[in-house]
Amino acid sequence: MTNLSSGPAIAGMIGAIVLTATAGDVLLASAMRRVGDLDHIKEHSGLRGAIGAVLCEGRFVAGIAFMALSFFSLLFSLSHADVSLIAPAAGSLTFVSNAVAARLVLHENVDRRRWLAAIFVCCGVALLQH
Amino acid sequence: MTPRRYLVLALVALASAFGDTSLAVGMKHVGPVSLAHPDALFEALRTPWVMGGILLLLIWTACYLTALSWADLTFVLPATSFGYIAVAFLSRFWLHEQISSARWLGIALITAGVGFVTRGPAYTPPKTT
Repeated sequence: MTNLSSGPAIAGMIGAIVLTATAGDVLLASAMRRVGDLDHIKEHSGLRGAIGAVLCEGRFVAGIAFMALSFFSLLFSLSHADVSLIAPAAGSLTFVSNAVAARLVLHENVDRRRWLAAIFVCCGVALLQH
Repeated sequence: MTPRRYLVLALVALASAFGDTSLAVGMKHVGPVSLAHPDALFEALRTPWVMGGILLLLIWTACYLTALSWADLTFVLPATSFGYIAVAFLSRFWLHEQISSARWLGIALITAGVGFVTRGPAYTPPKTT
């Protein structure tokens, strides 16, 4: 029987949260970039039109599926470890993995300012668990 | 960036912070979930704290998608990280928890990160070929 409260098991849970959350974030960001500015869509097509435009985007559905996986990974982890460990660790690592994925996959302009912001927030979130 | 857009970013931060806290309280009531009985996760969905957490995360989803439609992922994520600061202040002044100097340093770093990113452009325009 695997001890799910051991260090490697908890690291695996945190890794699962980070990977699924990053995949979800990147897919959702990509979907919303394809959909366009929701404020403009609402002006022209109303709220229903905006909701329809989002729901018809395939990457949105895939992104939500990964966010759901991340959600259940989080629930599972919270039942084995303290939120003061899981939330800051997963949250801080997700900032860095998202910055890398946004640069490589979404081709966002991740300049020095944004790298500094991601690293500052990552370190800050990690310190919050103390 | 308009005041309305800053409000959307604030809602992203606060709904996430309160949603996560609500889920944490709910899962403490449910207790440990074993790999042999993952169906306990679905039973957890019926508890009030988890249901409240899910409602807040639905609000978060709507605001987050709205923000991603006019800003980059690498802008939205750091800009909404002040939810962590809100939780720290709530725990200090509402729940009267002690906050260590390391945690105050963490709050300062997050504040600096939010300051860095929100002073820059929010959106990378698509390249035209």
